[in-house]
Amino acid sequence: MFACLHAPGNLPLLVECARYFSPLIEETSPDTVVFDIRGLRLIYGTPEQIAQEIWLRIGIPANLAVASNPDAAIYAARGIKGLTVIAPGKEAAALAPLPLMLLSGSPELASALTLWGVRTLGSLAALPPMGVAGRLGDEGLTLQRLARGEGNRLLRTTQDPLEFRDEMEPECTLDLVESVLLLVGRMLNDLCASLARHSLATNELDLRLKLEQAPDYTAVLRLPVPMLDSKVFLKLLHLELNRRPPGAAVEKIFLELKPVEPRTVQHGLFIPAAPEPEKLEITLARIRSLVGSPNLGAPVITDTHRPDSFQMGPLFKMQSGKVPVPASQLKLMLRRFRPPVRAQVWRSPQGNPARILSSKAEGKVTACAGPWLTSGGWWERDPWDRAQWDIEMANGGLFRIHCNVLTGMWGIEGSYD
Amino acid sequence: MGAIATAIFPASELARKEPESLGSVLGGIPRGTLTEIAGPGSSGRMSLLCGLLAEATAGDEFCALIDANDAFDPAGAAGAGIRLSQLLWIRCGGNAEHAMKAADLLTQAGGFGMVAIDLADTPANVLRHIPLASWYRLRQAVENTRTALVSVGAYAHTSSCPALKIELMRKRIGWRGRSPWRLLEGFDGQATRIRNHRSAEKQFTVAR
Repeated sequence: MFACLHAPGNLPLLVECARYFSPLIEETSPDTVVFDIRGLRLIYGTPEQIAQEIWLRIGIPANLAVASNPDAAIYAARGIKGLTVIAPGKEAAALAPLPLMLLSGSPELASALTLWGVRTLGSLAALPPMGVAGRLGDEGLTLQRLARGEGNRLLRTTQDPLEFRDEMEPECTLDLVESVLLLVGRMLNDLCASLARHSLATNELDLRLKLEQAPDYTAVLRLPVPMLDSKVFLKLLHLELNRRPPGAAVEKIFLELKPVEPRTVQHGLFIPAAPEPEKLEITLARIRSLVGSPNLGAPVITDTHRPDSFQMGPLFKMQSGKVPVPASQLKLMLRRFRPPVRAQVWRSPQGNPARILSSKAEGKVTACAGPWLTSGGWWERDPWDRAQWDIEMANGGLFRIHCNVLTGMWGIEGSYD
Repeated sequence: MGAIATAIFPASELARKEPESLGSVLGGIPRGTLTEIAGPGSSGRMSLLCGLLAEATAGDEFCALIDANDAFDPAGAAGAGIRLSQLLWIRCGGNAEHAMKAADLLTQAGGFGMVAIDLADTPANVLRHIPLASWYRLRQAVENTRTALVSVGAYAHTSSCPALKIELMRKRIGWRGRSPWRLLEGFDGQATRIRNHRSAEKQFTVAR
């Protein structure tokens, strides 16, 4: 069943009313809205009861028609005042008295029908179909089917813009973060409920605060996986606001959640447990407030030969297939000093390091290997050109040291451990 | 019951259900409790830690490394077989207090196969000031979980708290060739595992 609302000049109100009952809405014209009410039988009952509910909801003078197909409902709403419910199979009888001008045909067809003395939908419906097809062609047959209430088409539904944003302007300015969070919490609840109604989640939260006599405050939280938990979002925003307070009283709050498809995970009995994304995100936000954002994440080796070059990325489970196999025996690892420790180095007649003085290592070098030369980035602002040695100290320390060829400075990169 | 379980589940899957130990390097480490790795500089502490992390990440587990002194080398770790995308690295810039707080948060969050705290370069006076209650709290947090908690230091720093202590000692450094073509090959060492007042010694080799 389909319902049609017709009221000149009140399209937004008609759409709002239609949205209350159905997500499938067609804005047929600036004064007509038709929508699908097939799923309302379990909620409201018979078509008459559904029509009564809609009629009570409209709130403005309008025509309402309920019929088994969208076109019949549209013509009935446009031609019959008040509330009309057309039972299935009775469309032709209900539409028969309506004027022919309700049909949208070509001017030539309209003038031909006028010459024949066809003035109503009923008289067009009564014409023999073969004769109509022979004289008026396909268009004539289509109009005749519509006049009989036999239209059978899908709704050209209007797409919901799917924007999940909200704004709130308190009566007085807010000085405390807790007061701001109270309102943000309410907004988050509404927005998350709205997302849930659309079976969506979010992976990005944009919070903008209009401040009193200060530039706007913006906080953007990007989540590694789609989530839909207002408490988690509120906690994340709480941590962010604590880490970076607004600095002035808040006049207005804007909040937007970017909609994405929700996360689907197939769990398995024998798959190793992983941290829950929601809990992990809050934990990371707390640690981030301790150590700072750049110091947290999964290390990603950058595509360069520059020593100790890396960046931080998100955590994710590596797909099987490109798995690095752990070494069967322990691999010699370097314990890095960041930045490299400055050192004073005395060299032997052969040019090898013979003695070293620094805060990390001091004494005679008993064995060494090198130099290993590495250079690059000469086209950049900070090129590197190094000669590296592995050294063993008399006191047992194993270090990697380097000499910057450009400056002649020595440094200890780290100790082998 | 055992026969039925074996019939339903393959033996390899049943073996994985046992939350006993993590990894096989130097006998592995127990899950659900604290393990202490101690040793002087260049004794193989980082190599052992990376070996354990490589095994844990290869088993599809997420791990966390709390690096109190920002000493971890990602390029070397990738060469050792650690899946870096499954390793949460927290650089504390020399702040041991932040490292302990981060460890507390991570163990409370749960879900990690291994949480390692690297305090090897932390000065002795700072390490000594970490209250014993903090270690017990961490151990309590991982009890009855599949998380293996590991702390690495220059010397024993967790008192009676750990279920397993591994003391490392380097024995011999291996050089190959003569200057200027000499190459550092690695070193041999000895690990002493102390558990339930019983100690066992194991020899190990760290190679480039």
